[in-house]
Amino acid sequence: MSLLEIQGLGISFGGLKAVQDVSFKVEPGEIVSVIGPNGAGKTTLFNMISGVYQPGAGRVVLDGQDVTGMEPFRLAARGMSRTFQNLQIFQNMTVLENAASGFHLRERGPVLADLLNLPGARRRARAAEAGARALLARVGLERAADRQAGNLSYGSLKRLEIARALALQPKVLLLDEPAAGCNAVETEEIDRLIAEVAASGTAILLVEHDMKMVMRISNHIVVLDHGEKIAEGAPLEVSRNPAVIAAYLGTEEATHADG
Amino acid sequence: MSQKHATLLVLAALIALSPLFFPSGYYYRIGALMFVNALAVTGIVILTGYAGQISLGHAGFAGIGGYACALAPVHWCLPPALAVVLGAAISAVLAWLVGRPILRLKGYYLGVASLGFGILVAMVLNNERWLTKGPDGIEVPDLGLRGLLKDVGLDLSNGEFWYGLTGIALLVGAWLALNLYHSPTGRALRALHGSEVAAGTVGIDVARVKLQAFVISAVYASVAGSLLALQNKFITPDVAGFMHSIEMVTMAVLGGVGSVPGAVIGAGILTLLPQVLTVFADYEQVILGLVMMLVMIFLPQGLVPSVLRKLRGKDE
Repeated sequence: MSLLEIQGLGISFGGLKAVQDVSFKVEPGEIVSVIGPNGAGKTTLFNMISGVYQPGAGRVVLDGQDVTGMEPFRLAARGMSRTFQNLQIFQNMTVLENAASGFHLRERGPVLADLLNLPGARRRARAAEAGARALLARVGLERAADRQAGNLSYGSLKRLEIARALALQPKVLLLDEPAAGCNAVETEEIDRLIAEVAASGTAILLVEHDMKMVMRISNHIVVLDHGEKIAEGAPLEVSRNPAVIAAYLGTEEATHADG
Repeated sequence: MSQKHATLLVLAALIALSPLFFPSGYYYRIGALMFVNALAVTGIVILTGYAGQISLGHAGFAGIGGYACALAPVHWCLPPALAVVLGAAISAVLAWLVGRPILRLKGYYLGVASLGFGILVAMVLNNERWLTKGPDGIEVPDLGLRGLLKDVGLDLSNGEFWYGLTGIALLVGAWLALNLYHSPTGRALRALHGSEVAAGTVGIDVARVKLQAFVISAVYASVAGSLLALQNKFITPDVAGFMHSIEMVTMAVLGGVGSVPGAVIGAGILTLLPQVLTVFADYEQVILGLVMMLVMIFLPQGLVPSVLRKLRGKDE
């Protein structure tokens, strides 16, 4: 049994089949990438796996349990966390608080204790902050801890979002274009971070446009086109697959025809 | 941490030292009114400032708190102090019942639902004359605490007594709200304010913590309504009226909705201003509206956060 199993997942929007019958597996410590031309349904697939959309067909099995369409906060408790293509940072909070919020499941307690500032509440808050500082150090943001998150550079925010997701100690981490909009140096930093996280046993499911990065760090690649899985395998295998090459070259023509 | 204590210390000092400058006993009453308003607005800060949710019916809870003190001692022989607790409990339960289905939805549904709730409470208080005596209002029994204090040798005037009691209530309310801000629950509230989607991915049950904030803020409004009724020894359905709900939100926004000091200052200004503006009689409302507009145009974050930012410079 795999850690994460995607079984025949599909969804339609008003008759349009956005994703159809996609299946694959993710093992602990593995980096699996989902690639495909624009509009192939990668982010839609991600949103189904992470509970943002209700799938029309198929199942998502996490650690042997059916978690299909489960709300994101319940998935978080079961060990799945994610980041977003268009950053979702708590701009109104400091960098440290952003990271500390990732410890919510472990630091939450009775509201009354929080209101009265009982020793238990103080202990929980302190533990979360200590954990958050350690994570910030890991992603190289320890010196920015007390700054407003909104003032950070784009690349730093990308790393902050990953740090926050890591705070949950997830079994599976979903990263939606973690390097999008980052420069070469930032991409390399994120690259290294992802490899480290995977080495520590967390399974990583990645959607990424940066092909060089995907080829470099993935163990396994799933290729989508028009909402369907057209290929799957090791990076080299996939890059030589004629269907994949056709899909990538074919898109340009299709785009021209549409436009 | 230290900022919290500094805020409380400054507030305590202001409450304790202001009477030295009072020209007449009348100012104790205005002070007490300010503190009661500030207490209710502190609840709004938790709901709107921390959690980003809007209520347009919080006066409904103030009405419940107020009428609990008018009715429970008479009908159930409950001591007025316990009537405050009863009112708070009823408000909490009602907030839970109203908020539970609504807060599962994203968006501004709470604003509309709470608006309806507030209007409903005001209508009941106006129309159920057999119980509430209708729009003319009803007498509220004496709290009895001032007599007790007198027996132990602390003889305070009515004004001084209520100034002190509401001041202490505000300090406690501010302390609780500031505790909450830095606590795990407060962090979760501010997180969902920043991004509900991201709050979900870190395991925050968004509907649940929103509901907690709504219930807590309802209790604040209820206790404020109780204190107002007990202080005046009289209450009318106006306390639950729409205008009162709007007034609470306006005070919070004026001071700066994210901060507890903002709540106090917003409530202070909007309580004082009408007293000062009575000189201008007919133009009172006009000036009030103008002040609000100018603040929102030039200091959109509210007074306290904007001024703090100016003082700190742009380094933040």
